[in-house]
Amino acid sequence: MAELGAGSLQVGDPALNYQERELNERLKRLYPAVNEEETPLPRSWSPKDKYSYIGLSQNNLRVHYKGHGKNHKDAASVRATHPIPAACGIYYFEVKIVSKGRDGYMGIGLSAQGVNMNRLPGWDKHSYGYHGDDGHSFCSSGTGQPYGPTFTTGDVIGCCVNLINNTCFYTKNGHSLGVAFTDLPPNLYPTVGLQTPGEIVDANFGQQPFVFDIEDYMSEWRAKIHGMIARFPIGERLGEWQAVLQSMVSSYLVHHGYCATAMAFARATETKIQEDQSSIKNRQRIQKLVLAGRVGEAIDATQQLYPGLLEHNPNLLFMLKCRQFVEMVNGTDSEVRCFSTRSPKSQDSYPGSPSLSPRHGATNPHLHSTATDSPTCSNGVTSKNKSHSKYPGISSSSSSSPSSPSSIVYSESNSTDSTKSQPHSSASNQETSDGWRRGENIVPPSLLQKHCSGFSADSEMEIEAEHYTNGVADSSSARIMNGTYKHEEILQTDNHSLDESDQPRQLCGGNQAATERMIQFGRELQALSEQLCREYGKNPTHKKMLQDAFSLLAYADPWNCPVGQQLDPMQRESVCSALNSAILELQNLPRQPPLMLALGQAHECVQLMARVRAGSCSFARLESFLH
Amino acid sequence: MACMLEAPLRISVLSEVTATSRHYVDRLFDPDPQKVLQGVIDMKNAVIGNNKQKANLIVLGAVPRLLYLLQQPTSSLELRTECAVVLGSLAMGTENNIKSLVDCHIIPALLQGLLCQDLKFIEACLRCLRTVFISPVTPVQLLFTDPTVIPHLMSLLSRSQRTQEYITQIFSHCCKTPEHQMILYNHGAIQNIAPLLMSPSYKVQMQALKCFSVLAYENTQVSMTLVNVLVDGELLTQVFVKMMQRDRPIEMQLTAAKCLTYMCRAGAIRTDDTCIIMKTLPCLVRMCSKERLLEERVEGAETLAYLMEPDVELQRIASITDHLVAMLADYFKYPSSVSAIADIKRLDHDLKHAHELRQAAFKLYASLGANDEDIRKKITETENMMDRIVSGLSESSIKVRLAAVRCLHSLSRSVQQLRTSFHDHAVWKPLMKNAPDEVLVMASSTLCNLLLEFSPSKEPILESGVVELLCSLTQSDSPALRVNGIWALMNMAFQADQKVKVEIVRALGTEQLFRLLSDPDANVLMKTLGLLRNLLSTRPHIDQIMSSHGKQIMQAVTLILEGEHGIEVKEQTLCILGNIADGHTAKELIMTNDDMLQKIKSYMGHSNVKLQLAATFCVSNLIWNEEDGEEDAATAHKGDDTGGNPVARGSQERQDKLREMGFVDILHKLTQASDPNLCDRAKTAMQQYLA
Repeated sequence: MAELGAGSLQVGDPALNYQERELNERLKRLYPAVNEEETPLPRSWSPKDKYSYIGLSQNNLRVHYKGHGKNHKDAASVRATHPIPAACGIYYFEVKIVSKGRDGYMGIGLSAQGVNMNRLPGWDKHSYGYHGDDGHSFCSSGTGQPYGPTFTTGDVIGCCVNLINNTCFYTKNGHSLGVAFTDLPPNLYPTVGLQTPGEIVDANFGQQPFVFDIEDYMSEWRAKIHGMIARFPIGERLGEWQAVLQSMVSSYLVHHGYCATAMAFARATETKIQEDQSSIKNRQRIQKLVLAGRVGEAIDATQQLYPGLLEHNPNLLFMLKCRQFVEMVNGTDSEVRCFSTRSPKSQDSYPGSPSLSPRHGATNPHLHSTATDSPTCSNGVTSKNKSHSKYPGISSSSSSSPSSPSSIVYSESNSTDSTKSQPHSSASNQETSDGWRRGENIVPPSLLQKHCSGFSADSEMEIEAEHYTNGVADSSSARIMNGTYKHEEILQTDNHSLDESDQPRQLCGGNQAATERMIQFGRELQALSEQLCREYGKNPTHKKMLQDAFSLLAYADPWNCPVGQQLDPMQRESVCSALNSAILELQNLPRQPPLMLALGQAHECVQLMARVRAGSCSFARLESFLH
Repeated sequence: MACMLEAPLRISVLSEVTATSRHYVDRLFDPDPQKVLQGVIDMKNAVIGNNKQKANLIVLGAVPRLLYLLQQPTSSLELRTECAVVLGSLAMGTENNIKSLVDCHIIPALLQGLLCQDLKFIEACLRCLRTVFISPVTPVQLLFTDPTVIPHLMSLLSRSQRTQEYITQIFSHCCKTPEHQMILYNHGAIQNIAPLLMSPSYKVQMQALKCFSVLAYENTQVSMTLVNVLVDGELLTQVFVKMMQRDRPIEMQLTAAKCLTYMCRAGAIRTDDTCIIMKTLPCLVRMCSKERLLEERVEGAETLAYLMEPDVELQRIASITDHLVAMLADYFKYPSSVSAIADIKRLDHDLKHAHELRQAAFKLYASLGANDEDIRKKITETENMMDRIVSGLSESSIKVRLAAVRCLHSLSRSVQQLRTSFHDHAVWKPLMKNAPDEVLVMASSTLCNLLLEFSPSKEPILESGVVELLCSLTQSDSPALRVNGIWALMNMAFQADQKVKVEIVRALGTEQLFRLLSDPDANVLMKTLGLLRNLLSTRPHIDQIMSSHGKQIMQAVTLILEGEHGIEVKEQTLCILGNIADGHTAKELIMTNDDMLQKIKSYMGHSNVKLQLAATFCVSNLIWNEEDGEEDAATAHKGDDTGGNPVARGSQERQDKLREMGFVDILHKLTQASDPNLCDRAKTAMQQYLA
């Protein structure tokens, strides 16, 4: 026996891990809204919260009776380790009757913390049970009500708690038996009780697939809740709502500088845009420069277009300068780029689009804080997401000619040089140049479709989004057209650049003059820091920023060093968004798009619902509405 | 224009309306085709949502003109299409509109139109055809008169989502008989429609699904084909299971459940298949819940009743699922007292569905309780159940009455219920009332159960004159009613007292009795023989009945034994002879009939053991020594003036006679028989000789 036990223990281990993994996956799938750090899910019976006549085994999943079992005074119960979190929405567990023992006086159900364990579930206040010997349900009372069939050895009994309407029903061998209890209190624990020798039951809190199709039942409630939201009566305020939604969409487009789309939207909805068009385009231009890593140019453009802005925002200026330094190390800033004989490699290709399209999701750490006015959150791009596929980078193919004044080849360009001769003409350039256009095209389509019902500009936008030609402006200015290119080409370019990234990258693009310029700039930055310190007092944030930036020089390969993350083009986003917000603020416009505020608020509300035990939060998740 | 000028001259408003309508019609006759087109378009705009206008135009003869224009090859496609659209709009009106359209031969004209190549025109024609065909006043046969129509419709299925929606809708409404099913099946309906289940259009999906439900209904061939169909690499049954998911629209869940139910009942899916037990059945139970619309609850309950009718396991599962039995009790609460006060619309709606709900609930109860005693108990214990059945039995709606009797019949199979609740509630009373045949079949069948010996209802039913009713049933043209009538009489005669038996014989009359013995229906014959056998039990009864009807009975018995009948019939007849042989005086009727004795003798040597047994039983009774038999018959003998001795002498004489006829040899042989029963019986008979 001992040998057998040892043997089973050995093989048990990997099996256990497997079971553990399966449990985690199942619980995550069934109860995605539950934050287990706040409210852990029941995973086994509690060895502490049980009567002494109860024995536990098999990872505290098997319960057996070890008392005398003479009469009801010998009844014994055990509770699960944790109460059922309200955020489950619908909660379900199953109990298999391994043996009915002598009399089969078994009760399966729920009880609150502190209910007497020397009893079967259902007999006391805040205790609920379904008993196998008579098939009765016990609702906080010593006398049962006829409820369902009896159950015995081999049967699987399920207990489902609906935390939306606070009811409970049982299942027997996968068949729903109908509602047993209503008006259940919160924070109930799964509970089983046994009363006669030989009774053994096994719990399944998700370790194994359930016999009853609980996910089907959940899908019904999800559909119900979604239907409720969709049909929420707004009565007379329909027009009002539409106006609000339109202005939200419009302000979002404007905020992120999707100029043409915003104009088309305004035309179609007959609304007005607060900011004037040229201002939007200016902001868009500056953002693109930052995102391309050409921070120096961005600072110049800002100073030229918004005189006084940076002077009044020394912190912002410092942040930009720090970034500029980093980009110099990277070899992307124009001040070092002009020295470089070869264009920087993929390190400066911005993986996301310059569209700043926010990604939404619980994983987004910025989203929550949107309401708290953090400067980093306005564009809410998932910072760790390096996916190249969703919004493919604007990697213009290698065909750009050296003579091309193509202003904004910021993103990719394995074109050999071209940038040297590039006049800094972007400010005066037509907005229709290909980079702009495409930037505007990549508006998250879901947002538009969702919020612009009744808005008829779809086709216009589709056209914009679909054709990749460089547009009229290009041809009129006699540039070489990139022509129409297809998705595969973009992907190929991506691959290409990835390949190249394997080659060693060099400081400041490997150019000596550039390195000297960078060092000189570093000195200027140091001086600026000291000056700010004198004027405004010490600023630990500045100090840290400066330290981090300078630390890059301490490593032979800055891209693969502890502070190398700074060189990630993704890091440009926060700077970009801070600058954008500052410009908007200067014009007395909100630094946050109201749409993001609303999103953040909705997210907070759903979380709040979980805390106040509104079970429907489980099926009202933001993710299911944002695609 | 002339009409317009006339208008002010007319006074009444109605005429004015007619006048404007006339104007529309007149414009259809304009020589300028462009003006005709404009006229049709204006007409289209005028009739939308205006039933009065529609009726006016029809009365004024717009339809034949529109049809003419539609069929005219010289008409432009645009004009023809607009004509079809207007006709479709007219069809959307009242049933009378549809009748007029059908009378104008719109269907062949539109079907002809489908041969055109233009998709828009085809769609307009189909839309109109759809509206016409889904009306209950349109004879569905019109779809099947031209054999080229169905294949052409099949070929149009690929044209567009609209053609798919309209055509499948036409099919699902017009497929009413097994012949229709086979026509559609033979023209590839399954292969053509199956892919539509995956259509992006919900409407198309639904109509395709409905098609499958009507195709599979009671059709084994179609159902057997369906189970093997793959749609996008997935079995059709799995597609249906997915459509029953709880987040799908109710209509879709219900229709998918119907498809699977029909396939199951047609034998294509086993009743223990997971898709039936774990999916279809719970889905149908959900359809019965209070949250569903009344129509859905009716359909759900009827389908569920149909699904589990033949399978006790399904009945058991359903009986524990979601408190179904209690849930059904709610079906009787319409119109509720609340609805009457709340609003008149709701009351009207409730009233309309109340009958349907009740009959559906009765059907489901009948199905649930068909086999399992525990479930029957659960049903009869439901609040006011018996009262509801009793009142259901006397409702004006035949459908409800029939369902109530079915329910009662199902419950009457329970011995316990017969003894308790049936007695308490006098359920038999309404059963005795006059009713149409379909109800009577069930009612009389239920009476059969109620007249079983142990039923306490037996006495009061007898007293209320049921004998006459049952006797009249035996004269019915319907074999089912004759069987039930005679069956009930048979049950009634079982171990009954003399009075009842005499009453039965009197009321039925020997003539009718013998007519039934030559009934073409074997079942009737069997039950009649059963009745005879029950009448001819216990010696005094045997003697009394044989003394008055002996001659006819012996004749009938001879006739049956000589006729071409099955083993059971002959066995039953021999048993009757055996009973007769048990009588005191009745014995002589056999003993004096040498022909009959020869027959018995030959049956003792028959190849069928059952017949041998019955014949031996008869002989055994004939040769029985009186000493043994004396005791059990003693009490009955008191009034017998033949006295003891002659009878005692009689047994010796009978034994001698039978020995002479060679019976002993046969008995002797039979004591060696391989069948233990036969062997025993022969031995017992032989002992009588030895004694």
